[in-house]
Amino acid sequence: MANVHLRKLSITLGGKPIIRELDLQVEPGEFLVLLGPSGCGKSTLLHSIAGLIDATAGSIEIGGQDMTLADPSERGIGMVFQSYALYPTMTVKDNMSFGLKMAGTPKAEIARRVGRAAEMLQLDALLSRKPAQLSGGQRQRVAIGRALVREAGVFLFDEPLSNLDAKLRAELRRELKLLHARLGSTMIYVTHDQVEAMTLASRIVVMQGGEVQQIGTPAEVYERPANRFVAGFLGAPAMNFIDGEVDLHNRFGAGSLALALQEAMPTGAATLGVRPEHVHIDAHGPLHGSVTLVEPMGNHQVLWLDCGGHLLSAIVHGPAQYRAGQALRFGIDAARVSLFDPVGGGRL
Amino acid sequence: MMAQALRTPAVQAPVAAGARRRHFTPARIGIYVFLLGAALFFLLPLYVMIVTSLKGMDEIRAGAILALPVDWTLEPWRQAWSTVCTGASCEGIRGGFWNSVKITLPSTILPILIGAINGYALSFWRPRGANLLFGVLLAGAFIPVQVMIYPLVRLLAGAGIFGSLPAIVLVHLVFGMPVMTLLFRNYYASLPQELFHAARIDGGGFWRIFLHVVLPLSTPIVIVAAIMQVTGVWNDYILGLVFAGRDNLPMTVQLNNVINTTTGTRLYNVNMAATILTALVPLALYFFSGRWFVRGIAAGAVKG
Repeated sequence: MANVHLRKLSITLGGKPIIRELDLQVEPGEFLVLLGPSGCGKSTLLHSIAGLIDATAGSIEIGGQDMTLADPSERGIGMVFQSYALYPTMTVKDNMSFGLKMAGTPKAEIARRVGRAAEMLQLDALLSRKPAQLSGGQRQRVAIGRALVREAGVFLFDEPLSNLDAKLRAELRRELKLLHARLGSTMIYVTHDQVEAMTLASRIVVMQGGEVQQIGTPAEVYERPANRFVAGFLGAPAMNFIDGEVDLHNRFGAGSLALALQEAMPTGAATLGVRPEHVHIDAHGPLHGSVTLVEPMGNHQVLWLDCGGHLLSAIVHGPAQYRAGQALRFGIDAARVSLFDPVGGGRL
Repeated sequence: MMAQALRTPAVQAPVAAGARRRHFTPARIGIYVFLLGAALFFLLPLYVMIVTSLKGMDEIRAGAILALPVDWTLEPWRQAWSTVCTGASCEGIRGGFWNSVKITLPSTILPILIGAINGYALSFWRPRGANLLFGVLLAGAFIPVQVMIYPLVRLLAGAGIFGSLPAIVLVHLVFGMPVMTLLFRNYYASLPQELFHAARIDGGGFWRIFLHVVLPLSTPIVIVAAIMQVTGVWNDYILGLVFAGRDNLPMTVQLNNVINTTTGTRLYNVNMAATILTALVPLALYFFSGRWFVRGIAAGAVKG
């Protein structure tokens, strides 16, 4: 268990600034997820923590020690890569013990650690196989095992589940969460998958364009997004955005759509953000619209509503049947909406 | 094992496609006629050489160039190997054979080793100015050999090793470097960078990652490089003639001495035997490693 502290970290690659003066404090034992679209700098950030990319300025502290210039192997980290990156010519056992051998660990200790990791990841039967003889899920387990045997203070994951199919991904996601609970190590996990971020993280760092947009627990980031980017990036279907105005009576209005706000907001132009699950179909609701499209999802349906020219998605549970063209009434849960500055995108 | 591996695809192909395409269409017949013609075109000279080398001089003078020998004889081969005159001495071209072996072995191993290290450093460690260095190295491949011969002669003479085995090996090493580096660099560029990153985290240094992770993955490209380097060095004439010195003249130079003798009758059968003997090493190499050669070239071509 170790902390990671980044101070004013800047990374420039090929003359392009990727990360600018980023500060980040990762607490010991935390499961921190770096979330963002591709090209947002999250992988670069992880690689610089690992020491695989040099920081241009600033400092990286791991386990209370300045590691800005340290070699990757000296940082007390273990890392798992998207492409597994197993050594193709070595057996599973050799893959896992390679790092320990390099470090001159005694044989008995290597055997103990490999045995423990193999037991934890159910790899006992596969120890003498080569990576080519393993399935994708098994390969990623071995890669996790290779990181585990280092018994490092911090584990780094670079989109470890992205190469797996959906079913395996869900399975390994669960295993990773259990593993974290069992080991209690600090974990930093890079992904562009919001489901992974929401399910695994103790805190999520949402990034875009090399800058941190918001840091918070999954609930905070989802319920109270700091800006329009975060609000739009998390959630599927995405949050509905409606441009309008807040009047003197603290009511949001946009054409025929009006909503009495619960929190006091400054008057003037604003963008209303409503999650689809907070749009309730209600025969006595104050708003009315017509259904333009129905998407059945099995355990729920997504309705696309046209409300005076504004398109809104709504999640509906239950067996009720809807069809395109149908007119209906609905309401918006005013306690759960977000309002954003239409110019800067920040939360109001 | 090699033969079996070579045969498998050929056996499988008709099973997959044969059921539907059993008929000989005119196009198909045309293709076979063309292929057969091409094969004959390239095999005929070899046939003439082999047949001639197995005849006595009387039969050759009779003129039937395509006829099989009436009296089969291995005498020309024996002469070519051990008694024919190569310039001043008359000990056959076996001396040249061993000279070529002595030149080829280090001139293959060293360039491959250094080319592999160059390619590894260039594609994984990417030191400052790596691309510039690589560009300069590649530019070297486009400078004609003739331009460099005289300066190299002066340089090696200055170093006091001109006309010796180390000199010719060094020259082959220098001329082989651009292609060897390019070959390995492109091959390593096709390996995932994450593999290298994983090895860095596992604590491997420059040499350990090279020896334990990268080199074990290099078998196909090492074989390709070895084929290119062995055939290139073995077939070389001008560099051997200039740099090897009188005691280390390679087989190609001695073969030329045999064939271009101006005194006495031309012993066509001995000449043919000597030529086949000289060509035997690259021929055998291609024959036994064709599969690897194609695979390595294709891998480099697609991913480089």
